[in-house]
Amino acid sequence: MLRHASPATHISRPFRAKLRRSFATVQDTPVRRYGGLKDQDRIFTNAYCRHDHGIKGATSRGDWHKTKDIILKGDSWIIQTIKDSGLRGRGGAGFPSGLKWSFMNKPGWEKDPRPRYLVVNADEGEPGTCKDREIMRGDPHKLVEGCLVAGRAMNANAAYIYIRGEFYQEASHVQQAINEAYKAGYLGKNACGSGYSFDVYLHRGAGAYICGEETALIESLEGKQGKPRLKPPFPADVGLFGCPTTVANVETVAVAPTICRRGASWFAGFGRARNQGTKLFCISGHVNNPCVVEEEMSIPLKDLIEKHCGGVRGGWDNLLGIIPGGSSVPVLPIDKCAEVLMDYDSLKDAQSGLGTGAVIVMDKSTDIVKAITRFAHFYKHESCGQCTPCREGTTWMMNMMDRFAEGRGHQREIDMLLELTKQIEGRTICALGDAAAWPIQGLMRHFRPEVEKRITQFRAEHGPVLFGGRLKSQTDPTLAIPDNLGANLPEVGAPSA
Amino acid sequence: MFAAARAFSRARRVPRPCAALRTISSSAPTRSDALFVHRDTTYNNPKIPFEFNPENLKRAQEIISHYPPQYKKAAVIPLLDLGQRQNKGWTSISVMNYVANLLEMPPMRVYEVATFYTMFNREPIGEHFVQVCTTTPCMLRGAYDILDTVCGHLGGIKPGETTKDGKFTVIEVECQGACSNAPMIVVGDDFYEDLTAETTRKVLDAFKKGEKPKPGPQSGRHTSENSAGLTALTEKPYGPGEHCQPEFA
Repeated sequence: MLRHASPATHISRPFRAKLRRSFATVQDTPVRRYGGLKDQDRIFTNAYCRHDHGIKGATSRGDWHKTKDIILKGDSWIIQTIKDSGLRGRGGAGFPSGLKWSFMNKPGWEKDPRPRYLVVNADEGEPGTCKDREIMRGDPHKLVEGCLVAGRAMNANAAYIYIRGEFYQEASHVQQAINEAYKAGYLGKNACGSGYSFDVYLHRGAGAYICGEETALIESLEGKQGKPRLKPPFPADVGLFGCPTTVANVETVAVAPTICRRGASWFAGFGRARNQGTKLFCISGHVNNPCVVEEEMSIPLKDLIEKHCGGVRGGWDNLLGIIPGGSSVPVLPIDKCAEVLMDYDSLKDAQSGLGTGAVIVMDKSTDIVKAITRFAHFYKHESCGQCTPCREGTTWMMNMMDRFAEGRGHQREIDMLLELTKQIEGRTICALGDAAAWPIQGLMRHFRPEVEKRITQFRAEHGPVLFGGRLKSQTDPTLAIPDNLGANLPEVGAPSA
Repeated sequence: MFAAARAFSRARRVPRPCAALRTISSSAPTRSDALFVHRDTTYNNPKIPFEFNPENLKRAQEIISHYPPQYKKAAVIPLLDLGQRQNKGWTSISVMNYVANLLEMPPMRVYEVATFYTMFNREPIGEHFVQVCTTTPCMLRGAYDILDTVCGHLGGIKPGETTKDGKFTVIEVECQGACSNAPMIVVGDDFYEDLTAETTRKVLDAFKKGEKPKPGPQSGRHTSENSAGLTALTEKPYGPGEHCQPEFA
């Protein structure tokens, strides 16, 4: 220790003091393990549709219980409860919900004669995500009740539930729930006998991933093409039909009544600080038993897979990588998968994201380049075509990834592709451009050797490749080829043989 | 779509004629799923009459009433969907014009919407519309094998084609949101999940016979629970007021 201390004499005094103190105050802090949520703490008690999804079953599971009392508590109480519970938006961005809802109640909102809307985003289209579906077909009353509670919090007049068109069964369950709630007097004029008027409407979309973006969803709901709007003005000022609007995810809205009834501290007791609560995780891909399960936030990713999905196919060591939050977040390699916790901050630190909590597991048999290429195809298909960087960029990325999946490329093109993703990211109106760029960045961050190997292999078989994928052997030697096509560039990193 | 791209890249391995080298730039061929223009044909032109039957007209009025009266056009997507259902599963130019007329909006605004959303088929489709999801989560579980099975079992058609008897149309679609139940196909409005080549053929055979197989997982699983036994929600769900704050108990 003395030897360590001697170079420290060169460092400034305050730093040294800090260094010494850290030695003196080391303690064994108790390690808290997350996960292992009990059934009594699960909010979506009918996620597997094993019970009645109608109003009779729903009330027997505690829905619509004393909703009137919650409504009568008023907007600021509900918002404060949601704030205290630490609930963050479950749609992917993770914005604190209480804060978001409070934007609707700016000082002097009462003087605004415009109607106010809550829009529920049930356009679940992110590859890997299938959690809202389970809510809507198993617990539709939780969602409808959530609309009323969240709507009361933001003093909304009506809620529109925008459900993706493909979810036919789910839409009929939600519509059934809405009809039953009207019939029971829980919605409409004097909802639940509280004197508050509230309507809930279901709106079916028609198949466009981009409509999951909040302003695109508003555009689509207004009967236009789902092309995102520029912000500001934010929807809380000018949203649906030009009126104050808040868009929230199904899960965020559906947990609100239970949080109000069971208390903010109950909900905040799960997960790490700033990542509290419970969450539906959907696990797909190469696990033994894929499933959707509600678990505590901050559960280690490995525990989640081992406990609820029967482990990775062929054992944990057979794992190649995991995409922890749906198609839009970068992939994680096995060493990071073993240590990350499933919450916003831990995954952000691991240069990925929680997204929607959709875990896509890939074992060693996966062609990871092809898997990411398929995402590039997805984003090319779903780009709305409004902003040039995204419209053109997704096509470029798809074409380049198609070539890389085969190995037909030049080593330098990997960096060109990365530069391209950086040119798309942050230069578009909505986040689809970013979402399209991140999986490729993640691939290159962790699996670049795999891509390089393929390029080298292809080169060994077919000879040099020009930028853009043409073989040098296909060119006419009697014609001059511009140097910027890379025909005569030495391959960087190629084996000496 | 992906398969088409693979075929495309394979085709590029063939040495090109030297003349191609001189072309500095050429416009890329249109590779979108469908044309965005309308051309009058014998089966799809504005002269073919279309209007909602009384039942659907009632439904349409109900849908329109959900939106503020000055924003009737918000109902365009649900109404086009209604029209598509009445028009044997596809949205003809007459359906679009009729909806535009009903909602008092310029027809072009309806065309814009109908071309933007993938669920509106602007060409006739077969009786059973088979959509195979091939996005990555399904792809990892073998969706391309399912696609090949479907295409092979229906007489070797390609994605995007209709069988000769007009009974089946197969297309490749993007994520349908049933990833924990991958691979899956959609037939009409129903999801058939947890498929294997064998169960896929079984589902298609049932449709061929005019039956309707039970939607949902075909593996014996109920919904999206762990197939090896429940790991959550094993207890009886708690009832009203249980575990709640005293004031809500």
